[in-house]
Amino acid sequence: MRVLVDLNRCQGYAQCCFLAPESFKLVGEEALMYDSGPDDALKEKIERAAASCPVQAIMVEYMNGHADEMVKSGTSEAEARHGA
Amino acid sequence: MVHRADVLQSFKKNGSIVIVGASLAGLRATEVLRKEGFAGRLTVIGDEPYEPYDRPPLSKQVLAGWVEAEHTTLPRQHPLDDVDWRLGIAATGLDLRAREVHLADGQSVDFDRMLIATGVRARHWPKEDEARLAGVFVVRTRDDARLLRQKLETKPRHVLIVGAGFTGSEMASVCRDLGLTVTVTERSASPLIGALGGEIGSIAGDLQRQHGVDLRCNTTVTALEGDAERTLRRAHFSDGSTLDVDVAVIALGSIRNTEWLRGSRLAAGQLGVACDAGCRAFDINGIITDDIFVAGDVARFPHPLYAYQLIALEHWGNAVAQAEAAAHNMVNSEAERRPHISIPAFWSIQFGVNIKSVGLPPFADQVVIMQGSVEQHRFVAAYGHKGRTVAAVSFNQGRWLPYYERLIASAAAFPPTPPAYDVPIPLHPVPAKFPAANAPTSTPTIALTGYAPDEICATYLEEPPMTPVTVESGGKA
Repeated sequence: MRVLVDLNRCQGYAQCCFLAPESFKLVGEEALMYDSGPDDALKEKIERAAASCPVQAIMVEYMNGHADEMVKSGTSEAEARHGA
Repeated sequence: MVHRADVLQSFKKNGSIVIVGASLAGLRATEVLRKEGFAGRLTVIGDEPYEPYDRPPLSKQVLAGWVEAEHTTLPRQHPLDDVDWRLGIAATGLDLRAREVHLADGQSVDFDRMLIATGVRARHWPKEDEARLAGVFVVRTRDDARLLRQKLETKPRHVLIVGAGFTGSEMASVCRDLGLTVTVTERSASPLIGALGGEIGSIAGDLQRQHGVDLRCNTTVTALEGDAERTLRRAHFSDGSTLDVDVAVIALGSIRNTEWLRGSRLAAGQLGVACDAGCRAFDINGIITDDIFVAGDVARFPHPLYAYQLIALEHWGNAVAQAEAAAHNMVNSEAERRPHISIPAFWSIQFGVNIKSVGLPPFADQVVIMQGSVEQHRFVAAYGHKGRTVAAVSFNQGRWLPYYERLIASAAAFPPTPPAYDVPIPLHPVPAKFPAANAPTSTPTIALTGYAPDEICATYLEEPPMTPVTVESGGKA
């Protein structure tokens, strides 16, 4: 799995840290550290984390060998608008 | 008569595009080109043998040992299986007349339109024999990070970090987390001085010292000394002292990858490749090109918030936004062109503190603490330029930055109205203490590079200048 967090957009709500603690953790009060290449077994947890991010900063790609199965969260247009 | 719309449709169907640079900007541009309906031949050239990967984790999660260097490949937002990826092959030249990119393996790729996204590389230790000593590292690529991580796993006795910019400071933070003894040298008066100024940089310096870093400002490394086996043993400092170290990480900023454009007649040089707000490259005479676009760290572009000065930003968010604008403009008509004028933003994580920035701090002459507590490392500082708010920086107060972003976008007066009640009124702006524009620092994440696309400093000199020309020119720590 491939995970990317737009840390310009991240506001440290930490929803992902509760839903997928294996992959997301807060350092100090609001700095997010994450695993950019987590195990496929965590798919469901990470999908939930991405979906529940209040600022939609998490992007996920599942490497199933089929491009049309890609699932993602967050949009590039929103990033551009945000000035990320 | 041939209609322009027909030409564009034909190009989108049967044309060819080459993207030189297969990192964040190159990937995002590739995605947007396909998303916006470019169905022609798309070739991406990258000098590293890897699919595009994310670099910010390298100096943090990867160095800390939490994430493997190989696990940083960027997710794709669009299927890209029909793209011709030429990875592990550097571009070596551009022939504008023949519309060909020359490659290191002797081949060439022709194109109708091209995007330059070759980014920057690490500035290595200038003395080559010393740079080759075992134990001397830089961190820019995935391979760099893997090698340094392996070394840190051997529990070195003393790590020296040369240069207290963002990368150097983040790596010092990771080394302290790993329980290693760390010395950081910085030639300026404080860490992060090029990006945040000396006033706020000194707070970052306090942070380092509180976390046990032996921070030596106003100090440069004069020599790295090896033993008979060519292994690093000792560093010599400008104050005459020496220190026994077994690892030295060179964090002296970066060099823009534009050498391959020498002779191309584009406005390319040490400061980057000059382009307009629509990401089209200038040629060496200051004439805009129609089919050559630029994005990411290597681009220098005019920004209306900063008096249309050409700026170069080594920011993750800039690479994304500029690549998206460039790709959009490559496959759309003149009337649909989009400017790249988003407000610059970046983040850094060090010593448990989330540092975030919006706007362009180095453009400022003054800075003021707007809210929070400097002592607790939870505050927001606003930066002003001639009475206008131009930037804001937060330490562990990131949620306030959107408030300041709006002020910056609307050119609000400086100092602005505070959004909270926790600082005494009136506010007291102080000098921001940025180094002079020609003073070398190791924090070149933002370079104000002047106005004219054909300024002499933007073209190649036959010999490297003896003294650095701009902020980004670095030099010894």
